[in-house]
Amino acid sequence: MVQYSARRLDDTFAALSDSTRRGVLLQLGRANASITELAERFKMTLTGMNKHVGILEKTGLVKTEKKGRVRTCMLGSCRLESEMAWIESYKETWDRRFDALEIVVQELKQKKETK
Amino acid sequence: MKNQTNAERKSARELVSSRIINGPARLVFEAWTNPELFKKWWLPKSAPMTIVSCEMDVRTGGTYRLVLSMGGQNAEFFGKYLEVIPHSRLVWTNDEGGVDAATITTVTLEEVNGATLVTVNDLYPSKEALDDAIATGSSGAMPEQLEQLDLLIVNRGS
Repeated sequence: MVQYSARRLDDTFAALSDSTRRGVLLQLGRANASITELAERFKMTLTGMNKHVGILEKTGLVKTEKKGRVRTCMLGSCRLESEMAWIESYKETWDRRFDALEIVVQELKQKKETK
Repeated sequence: MKNQTNAERKSARELVSSRIINGPARLVFEAWTNPELFKKWWLPKSAPMTIVSCEMDVRTGGTYRLVLSMGGQNAEFFGKYLEVIPHSRLVWTNDEGGVDAATITTVTLEEVNGATLVTVNDLYPSKEALDDAIATGSSGAMPEQLEQLDLLIVNRGS
């Protein structure tokens, strides 16, 4: 199994541990929304909602785009799964490479021993 | 006996892979720094690519140039050695993506009881650069399928 960076996982779980933030994700799964719309829906101040969105944004779960005075929030690509798959392939490449390196080193070892 | 390979994204900007190789550090170092030996193991055998040439001036401030070929197209990888400590540490830049955007590779060798822990650390210039490398598969140590794909894309653009 991939040794996925524990801290990055912690960040993601921490982001998901809050019911408002989970609600925001569900909401954005239906449609993009501005910070103002989200704040109204969750009966919260703009500052409060900004903070929640900031935490979600940091993990990549949400991304935002600012057009004029409106910041639109949408679901991020959440690279967690694809990143884990990529790191698994990265590991396989190095595994094969290290296999080949091992063979070269064994050959060198034998050569030096027989000298 | 086959030792385990570890690989992880160690931080926002770093990829790290490691493995214990059954041999002394001086031989592992030789395999990394002698072009003839390096050519024997760097490319996975199943990759439809060949090493056209490999030049290495292994000393601090020295340069290297690796040319790979696939389907008649060449791809060059080059950079500079920032640090060379025989049998223990190699640091080089990967300049093919532009000097300002260079990824820095650090290889450390730690010998214990005749075996050597090899650690390869790729430090990207920014979190975004590593995110993008993962998203597009364009990393120096990328899975070979993605590496081929990336070469095709690069060549199509040229």
